[in-house]
Amino acid sequence: MALLQISEPGLSPEPHQHRRAVGIDLGTTNSLVATVRSGTPETLPDKQGRHLLPSVVHYGKGGEIQVGSAARRRLVENPLDTLASVKRYMGRGVEDIARLGSELPYQLVDSDNGMPSFQTAGGAISPVAASAEILEALEQRAELALDGSLDGAVITVPAYFDDAQRQATKDAATLAGIKVLRLLNEPTAAAIAYGLDQQDQGVIAVYDLGGGTFDISILRLTRGVFEVLATGGDSALGGDDFDRAIAEWIGRQAGLPDALDPSQQRMLLEAARAAKEQLTEQQQVDVAAAGWRGTLGREQLGELLKPYIDKTLRACKKAVRDAGLEIGQVDNIVMVGGSTRTPRVREQVAQLFGKPPLVDLDPDRVVALGAAIQADILVGNKPDGEILLLDVIPLSLGLETMGGLTEKIIHRNTTIPVAKAQEFTTFKDGQAAMAIHVLQGERELVSDNRSLARFELRDIPPMVAGAAKVRVVFQVDADGLLSVTAKELTSGVEARVEVKPSYGLSDEEVTSMLKASYTHAKEDMQARALKEQQVEADRMIEDLTAALAADGRELLSEEEYHCLEVALKDLRSLASSEDHRLIARHIEMVAKASETFAARRMDVSIKKALSGHHLTDFDEQ
Amino acid sequence: MDLTSDYFEIFGLPDAYEVDTQMLAERYRELQKQFHPDRYASKSAVQQKLAVQYTALINQAYAILRSPVERAQYLLSRKGLENNGENSTVNDSEFLLTQMTLREALLEIRDAADPFDELEKFAAPVKLEYGKLQRSFADQYSRERLEEAVETVAKMQFYRKLQQEIEQLEEELD
Repeated sequence: MALLQISEPGLSPEPHQHRRAVGIDLGTTNSLVATVRSGTPETLPDKQGRHLLPSVVHYGKGGEIQVGSAARRRLVENPLDTLASVKRYMGRGVEDIARLGSELPYQLVDSDNGMPSFQTAGGAISPVAASAEILEALEQRAELALDGSLDGAVITVPAYFDDAQRQATKDAATLAGIKVLRLLNEPTAAAIAYGLDQQDQGVIAVYDLGGGTFDISILRLTRGVFEVLATGGDSALGGDDFDRAIAEWIGRQAGLPDALDPSQQRMLLEAARAAKEQLTEQQQVDVAAAGWRGTLGREQLGELLKPYIDKTLRACKKAVRDAGLEIGQVDNIVMVGGSTRTPRVREQVAQLFGKPPLVDLDPDRVVALGAAIQADILVGNKPDGEILLLDVIPLSLGLETMGGLTEKIIHRNTTIPVAKAQEFTTFKDGQAAMAIHVLQGERELVSDNRSLARFELRDIPPMVAGAAKVRVVFQVDADGLLSVTAKELTSGVEARVEVKPSYGLSDEEVTSMLKASYTHAKEDMQARALKEQQVEADRMIEDLTAALAADGRELLSEEEYHCLEVALKDLRSLASSEDHRLIARHIEMVAKASETFAARRMDVSIKKALSGHHLTDFDEQ
Repeated sequence: MDLTSDYFEIFGLPDAYEVDTQMLAERYRELQKQFHPDRYASKSAVQQKLAVQYTALINQAYAILRSPVERAQYLLSRKGLENNGENSTVNDSEFLLTQMTLREALLEIRDAADPFDELEKFAAPVKLEYGKLQRSFADQYSRERLEEAVETVAKMQFYRKLQQEIEQLEEELD
């Protein structure tokens, strides 16, 4: 196996070592995969030349699974076994879904972990499993086009996705066997696709109205660095609502009753969508349903959509204000999502911002294109890539305190990665344990926010009330995923959780689903695990060898240097072994042994970065 | 730089309240360009973890230094003066009275005939006073008059809160 190249900062790898990376837009209605070829991003079509893959999965009686257009054709005839818009249910509990609307055409079943599944002819299917099917279809398409297996993917999520929804998306990728380089916010991807990073600086608003979600993001660009200043939106508002509003109107005109069976509902929704799409070109269209015939004009459509569009405009104003800006300071407006084709949406957005929005790129593809550009950089094809994204968390994170109140630890719109600590104390004399309840949301009351996780800090030594000092640390990584640790400072008792959403899958469940999945036979799984460990081992060997050669003598004592050399030699002799567990164990050992060294190297490079300033800037002053 | 580094040192800024915000933003972006986890996406897990920790620190330092109130609090905490919210101004009865008057005035605007106009008239002097307090703090800090500086920070906190309430009302009226 070829060694992967790790370049020292500032040095570029050999040009022929091109890695296969893709950007995936896992959408509510449609999904896409894109890659960068010869420096240009492009979406990849299927064999029939279609770029959009409908995000629909059909589960048949015999266990056969269809994805995409084939599945979408079965929506009307077989609505219960055909799952559409599953993105709306990612990371959601049964109650959340019930709140999304009673017109849901699926039969929900509850499972032990609180995550709902849809009852289909192919068994109970979770939203994560259905999303994994879509991802796998895209992966296959990309591997065919790129002639080999993928080294990694950037998957986009709405900026407004909470921790649970992000985690569910990552789980789906794991199930599909895709290495996620980064979860990227859709609006940021869109801004990259428009090449706005080529400009020197400016403020960009990304208005993203998709099938099921609305996102507004305000970004500032300064010489290649994108800072997300504020995000807002609604994770349950989109083109599907347009369709439903139109369908209800058609139903009323046709004199249909309010309660309809699933296939009637589907039929009305299909008619509604067709009418909406035609109205982007025409002034009015003919509509027919259940024996009724009539026309729908743009004016009437505008009236039907007004409450939804108004909601998006209010969110825009709020986001601009959150960013500390005035509407007039926005230089560019990027339009994303199929629903921005609706003429009324474009008019209203132009009116709000006082300038026409950018609509040159296909609003359905723009996110995938941007994700591909970012994937290309992250996988190492463009190590000196000029773009850097500084993203924020969309919702505040906090803890439950006495009286059912939420204490915010990290406020929304804080740049990630971020780590914040807060100290709490005990309420009763001799209190031995403390319940930590992690929450996400902006509201005061715990019950109004989203519960992310609960865990307990135990074995606190007996003390009078208020004497214990419990330090809770929240850390959010660059994907926006949270981990929480709690430590009692006087005794050193510690507890830690990687926050797994209350409605998500545990790692064991992901693993067991992987094992159960017939697309990855057992040998396949092991081969994959072995390959992953070998790649990580090679990466580590390259890394550490280069680091030791560069400044090992300078930064390490004779003994430390020798220890690392020995550990490295061990790993080298094992790296090609067939036992992935053995390799993993050794990687961990080397990682531990080299931690101090890595930290010292980092310190040195930071000092270098700073000393540059001291010289030039203080001279100027 | 270790994880307990001084925030001013991280950005190579002189130890003073007045900060060149443009220079701060520029250095922030430069540091991010070098240490953001995205720059380590194809590196080993150890380096990735370190990158997350360092950028978290850089982000935290940037957020503190950018905020007029938090920067002041940070400077005082380095001198061992923890400021516990509004406690320190309780004895200043004159300021207490100002606070009450301002709050009442803000409440009344809600029911005014032309709330937007009233709010604008109300907001301008508040902003002015907030700026004045910041200049006082800079002066007091540089001359080591720390007790006065502690009181000034408490007043700044009040004015910041008031500004947030003004913005909130603006939003509600919209």
